[in-house]
Amino acid sequence: MLLSGNEAIARGAYEAGVRLAASYPGTPSTEILETIAAQTDIPCEWSPNEKVALEVAFGAALGGARALASMKHVGLNVAADPLMTISYTGINGGLVIVSADDPGMHSSQNEQDNRHYARFAKVPMLEPSDSQECKDFTLEGFAISEKYDTPVLLRTTTRVSHGKSLVSLGEPLSLEPRGFVRDQPKYVMIPGHARLRHVVVEERLIGLRDLANATPLNRVEPGDTSVGIITSGGAYQYVKETCPEASVLKLGMPYPFPDRVVRHFAASVDRLFVVEELDPFLEDQVRALGIQVIGKERFSALGELDPVAVAAGIYGSKRRPKRRAQPDGLPARPPVMCPGCPHRGVFHVLRKLKVIATGDIGCYTLSVLPPLQMMDTCVCMGASVGSAHGLEKALGDASNIVGIIGDSTFVHSGIAPLIDIVYNKGTSTIIILDNRTTAMTGHQDHPATGRTARGEQTFRLNLEALCRACGVEDVRIVDPYDLEATEENIKAALANRAPSVIIADRPCPLMDRSSWGEPLAVEEEFCAACGACFRLGCPAISIGGAGPKGRRKARIVAEICAACGLCVQICPKEAIKPASVMKR
Amino acid sequence: MLVGVGGQGIILASEVLCRVLVLAGHDVKKSDVHGMAQRGGSVRSDVRFGLKVFSPTIPPGQADILVAFEQLEALRYLPEVKRKGRIIVSTERIIPTTAYTGPYPYPRDILARLRDGGLHVHEVPAAELAAQAGNPRTASTCLLAAVSWHLKVADDVWDRALREAFPEKIREVNFRAFALARQATQPALSNS
Repeated sequence: MLLSGNEAIARGAYEAGVRLAASYPGTPSTEILETIAAQTDIPCEWSPNEKVALEVAFGAALGGARALASMKHVGLNVAADPLMTISYTGINGGLVIVSADDPGMHSSQNEQDNRHYARFAKVPMLEPSDSQECKDFTLEGFAISEKYDTPVLLRTTTRVSHGKSLVSLGEPLSLEPRGFVRDQPKYVMIPGHARLRHVVVEERLIGLRDLANATPLNRVEPGDTSVGIITSGGAYQYVKETCPEASVLKLGMPYPFPDRVVRHFAASVDRLFVVEELDPFLEDQVRALGIQVIGKERFSALGELDPVAVAAGIYGSKRRPKRRAQPDGLPARPPVMCPGCPHRGVFHVLRKLKVIATGDIGCYTLSVLPPLQMMDTCVCMGASVGSAHGLEKALGDASNIVGIIGDSTFVHSGIAPLIDIVYNKGTSTIIILDNRTTAMTGHQDHPATGRTARGEQTFRLNLEALCRACGVEDVRIVDPYDLEATEENIKAALANRAPSVIIADRPCPLMDRSSWGEPLAVEEEFCAACGACFRLGCPAISIGGAGPKGRRKARIVAEICAACGLCVQICPKEAIKPASVMKR
Repeated sequence: MLVGVGGQGIILASEVLCRVLVLAGHDVKKSDVHGMAQRGGSVRSDVRFGLKVFSPTIPPGQADILVAFEQLEALRYLPEVKRKGRIIVSTERIIPTTAYTGPYPYPRDILARLRDGGLHVHEVPAAELAAQAGNPRTASTCLLAAVSWHLKVADDVWDRALREAFPEKIREVNFRAFALARQATQPALSNS
């Protein structure tokens, strides 16, 4: 079967007899839990954030069940707190943590290399290079986890998680549940217990290093001994593609570093290379063994590798094939907010009010691109709220500062900083863009949608009541399709010398096309070609006929118009109307 | 390599193509990017097949066939095509907002510029064919029908892959679109 790496990890979880999977959506990891929810009967959950996901998975492992927590690379930063100490406690049932990294930042704010977390937390790490290995290594990860009493990190990258390749399927294991066994010195990490557990962790690393030196996951593929290449993960495929004749040491389990295997391999070849994406993680450890190696001086630490870059690094740039030049002067096609996006109206108003907008992670981050260009920061989940408060403290006034955060992101990491604003006597205005879904990653549910990962009804977290409980007295709910009301409320909240929250309440229109009204159209004879509607950045508004002074009139692409009506409200000539009204 | 604009059905088309190639007995890998890029932006999906495939991404400048769902995207990805490669291009034009808010207008002469590159260019009026088939959303299937002329794969394999790929509700119209477009897009013999 042709499966993506993420689908294969889900299949691996099924075959490994996993009894609990928890995750927060994040590209490129999202499809792991989505596939588990859609194609297996494994109990599974979207968690409010990755820290909770890992703690829930740990609890399940404590109860003797095999458990999987999956997240994107930056998600593991959020879950790092439990990770560091679960390494000390160890597990009961197997625990595998998937970190899906994003070299090249296709859909991320940084390209940190999470292989460092394995070393940092002193836990073993497996690195699959295709979908078959994603499935096999998931199974292997659970076996190692239980044998060595440790969480196991399964690290993928975008190309491994989203790349599809052929996978042969196996039968699911049937496991006897282990149950919970009280063991306070092992699981209650007071200093006296933790000191003893640290000894266990260091001894465990020695045993795991022996495993790394013996496991077939780390294998030599012998070839011409003039060139030897140590590689792992997705980079392995590029090496095999362009250097089929070279000797290769493929590390499927790169941590703990298999020192004896590497020494032996290095001694068998004339020139030794390390080919790895991002940081010199393997290279540094080869050098620490006192072995000369060629690495990051030939292969960039920035972005993704590709077969051509690998060949050029090994054999020199003569191997770089000729390529046509990029044609000049092409209009860019950046991702844009969809037609009918409820965020658009809010950003249009904010631009008009000329505020400073601290931003966050979600579809609305696209507002930084032309023509809206209305976001001043984007750092990490929840940062909009805390940094708005800090900005107020520095500038001495919050009447011009707005923090903007989505509903899912607010539940993930926005609540604690909102409490902070109230507690520390801030007066910031926070806008929660509540489109009732985790939209950017493809519409996953969260606690404030009232539906579970499998779409079952559950308690719906009431954001308004939550904000009030945090101590925010000025909570307003507006419809972001109503520009006048949105503007009035934002102005009033900014003027208020107390913390304010505005909930811009409108579901993402992509979830239900049947909710779309009749498409709008431009009555060309009234259109003054002023360009006001172009500045909304709506993909449904295209160029039409010629207007005065070489300007172009607007035209609406009916097939994609969601009839949100923003352009109707903005047009100074009232030239935009429902198509049927116009024909009369 | 399949390229176009988010929302045109590129990922689904590359799924169908992969199914075809797997059924035809090839080792197949594909790579595309999800998430932020899909929101109306430029989308690219790499498909590779053969006896044994390693890299899931096409090495820069090494695509044998570029399937462009939109004219501007064909031009954008032109450097990815091999010296004697082929381009199958939908004549559809989707004008991005940046073409009137940014410094560069939508280029006028794209098809001519593609042909000047010394490449084999197969133009496909995919939107018109889809309209003839009765559903504008079958344009991607019409483009696949044009692709079928460039791959040595038996008709019944395409049949089976299409049957498996589409749910019953839209299967019939996609079959109709494929059959109609396959007739309409047969390239001249000297080029095929």
